[in-house]
Amino acid sequence: MSFSEVTLFLLDGFKISLIIFAVTLIFGIPLGLPIAFCSMSRFKLVKNVSKVIVWIVRGIPLMLQIFIIYYVPGLLFEFPLFSNIDKYMYINYGIADSGRIIAVLIAFTINYACYFSEIYRGGIESIPKGQYEAGYVLGLTKSQIFKKIILKQVIKRIVPPLSNEIITLIKDTALANCIMVCEIIKQAKELAATKALVWPLFYTGVFYLLFVGLLTIILGKLERKLDYFRS
Amino acid sequence: MSVLEVKNIKKSFGKLEVLKGISFSLEKGEVLTIIGSSGSGKTTLLRCLNFLEFAEEGTIMVNGTEIYNGEDKKTLKDEEIRQKRLHFGLVFQSFNLFPQYNVLENVTLAPTLLKMGTTEEITQRALKLIERVGLTEKLNSYPCELSGGQQQRVAIARALALEPDILCFDEPTSALDPELTGEVLKVIKGLKSKDSTMIIVTHEMEFAKNVSDKIIFMADGVIEEMGTPKEVFENPKSTKTRNFFSKSMEEI
Ligand SMILES: Nc1ncnc2c1ncn2[C@@H]1O[C@H](COP(=O)(O)OP(=O)(O)OP(=O)(O)O)[C@@H](O)[C@H]1O
Ligand SMILES: [Mg+2]
Repeated sequence: MSFSEVTLFLLDGFKISLIIFAVTLIFGIPLGLPIAFCSMSRFKLVKNVSKVIVWIVRGIPLMLQIFIIYYVPGLLFEFPLFSNIDKYMYINYGIADSGRIIAVLIAFTINYACYFSEIYRGGIESIPKGQYEAGYVLGLTKSQIFKKIILKQVIKRIVPPLSNEIITLIKDTALANCIMVCEIIKQAKELAATKALVWPLFYTGVFYLLFVGLLTIILGKLERKLDYFRS
Repeated sequence: MSVLEVKNIKKSFGKLEVLKGISFSLEKGEVLTIIGSSGSGKTTLLRCLNFLEFAEEGTIMVNGTEIYNGEDKKTLKDEEIRQKRLHFGLVFQSFNLFPQYNVLENVTLAPTLLKMGTTEEITQRALKLIERVGLTEKLNSYPCELSGGQQQRVAIARALALEPDILCFDEPTSALDPELTGEVLKVIKGLKSKDSTMIIVTHEMEFAKNVSDKIIFMADGVIEEMGTPKEVFENPKSTKTRNFFSKSMEEI
């Protein structure tokens, strides 16, 4: 196999990695917000339930969570939901792996939403109460205070830790190969097994590096955009 | 008719009784300074007037209308509280400017959100206020680019922009280096006029002497002494007041 053939083959896998990355962010970033608000709720029950969920999700390896999501419907209800989707989609549309990918997406989204929620919570709680009080004595409503005063300060504070998570996320996508989803490392292992080519496995690092470089530039730009004030 | 009449305000935090029945009144254009040792309840009193805390007992009347009664505490709605707050302004010890807005925006934010006029009118009024506190050159600066004294002057302009009936200051110069204290006190002194009523909590005795029409000395949640600067400083009736003055002399 030529270098360009290997590259294309790996690129097929990296597409899956990127899909996992993008979907996790698209759903995880907003989903973190209600979880954060629940964790800060005045209602003890809501707060505790939310904190326990976050504790569990952050306390178990993501790989294990992928197994749980993928296998539990079959084990508990004798209905292997995700492999059924796999079969259905393959037979009817010729699309492989779709059930597995959905399971991975669910696990990743829940996992990352919990991490994001803690970042949001930390950001919101770090805003001094004087900022709220200054808004109150100026006769502003609670929602005006949040939208016009607090939010931007929170965003400024959460961009750096969020950037870290986002960069970790692209590397975490490799975990999807634990249930045989054909992301880039699975593809490389495939080459090792069928073509006795080992170097593509190391070559995958270049894909991650390039993408992380791109992310670093974009996120750094965002961070600098909020550099004009200090809080 | 008094601009402000406070009657028998009581406030506790749990078991700790912080205000044990505070009553005083203030005429339009008067400056009241409140002095007293740490923990005597000065901040708590200002916070009750601005509805950041709610007194359990007592009433607050503004321009002859009762705007708060300790019995209302539980039933007040957010919107009512918000309206009541507009009678008062508060300048904090720690300024609490909004860091993401420049000087002009800090002053125009609340009037804009409260729709107190057209953008043009609000801006013009803000520019006048900023001139009054001597910061016209800093219009586009962000709080992090200002000295503490300048930040506090912006905070004063911001509070004035809502034209409160009574403007309160909680130790406006305590967080400042001594050489910046003067510029802020000068601005506050310059605000004194027949239309602006002010309550100032301060440890600056000279300033209190010069600017006040009325002085209250608070100790342990009660008004220990109240009168003109002359009465309070030259002829304090209570021993607590005398002790306080001799202590604050020692410190210097
Ligand atoms: N939110 C609160 N919860 C519990 N106790 C409080 C609270 N706020 C104030 N206190 C207590 O109330 C008392 C009066 O506090 P306050 O801040 O009004 O004093 P102060 O006269 O402003 O003092 P200082 O000169 O140090 O500013 C103090 O004993 C303080 O510990
Ligand atoms: Mg105080």
